Amino acid sequence: MMKIKILYFARIKETLKFSSEDLEFPDESLSVLKLKAYLAKRNDTWQQMLMGKLKVRGAINHELVDDAALIHDGDEVAFFPPVTGG
Amino acid sequence: MAISIQTADFDVGLEVNQLRNARKNIGAVVFFVGYVRDLSTDQTITHMILEHYPGMTEKSLEAIINQAKNRWDIIDASVIHRVGTLYAGEQIVLVAVCGAHRREAFLACEFIMDYLKTDAPFWKKEVTPTNEFWVEAKTTDDDAKARWSSENMTK
Repeated sequence: MMKIKILYFARIKETLKFSSEDLEFPDESLSVLKLKAYLAKRNDTWQQMLMGKLKVRGAINHELVDDAALIHDGDEVAFFPPVTGG
Repeated sequence: MAISIQTADFDVGLEVNQLRNARKNIGAVVFFVGYVRDLSTDQTITHMILEHYPGMTEKSLEAIINQAKNRWDIIDASVIHRVGTLYAGEQIVLVAVCGAHRREAFLACEFIMDYLKTDAPFWKKEVTPTNEFWVEAKTTDDDAKARWSSENMTK
């Protein structure tokens, strides 16, 4: 099994009422897209936030990544809306 | 290189002096200060709340400054970004770049700001007496970043 930490920010965090969680997955190739699809199955809100019309950006270990990026044991994954700083 | 994510306000003069650090090879300092505007369509906005992703924010700003350093002959740069509750008129961000000559410093300062806008994990929320709204990302910010990849902006 591999253990990963997932963080949520901004609108996604507020809507899901979830800021972080630790999950375990079987040791198989887990892409960002696959993880999003897995989480989206929880209910309609998760579906809307992660696989709906809103843009979602993903990061692995503090680096922006795309949907094809692979997640490994011990990784910190984050999901958040497009950034609006400055 | 100095990067600070903080709730407290900052003194631009002090920050610029710290960046220069009395080095005599610096001929130019260019800085940008961003302020919280009171120009929203909803006039009842009382304040803004800024959220960030601790750890990733610092790392992404460091990567942006390093990109600027690789691209232009600048000496140093610093970025301060405030988070938490901010009111209209308050300073929100400082990007300061120093170098031997002004041209590189001007370009690097704008480059860092454009990349900060699209890559650094900060999120703004506008607050009214009865509601809160997350600010939507602007495609014009993506355009501003994209133009740094085009040929005529490389020099």
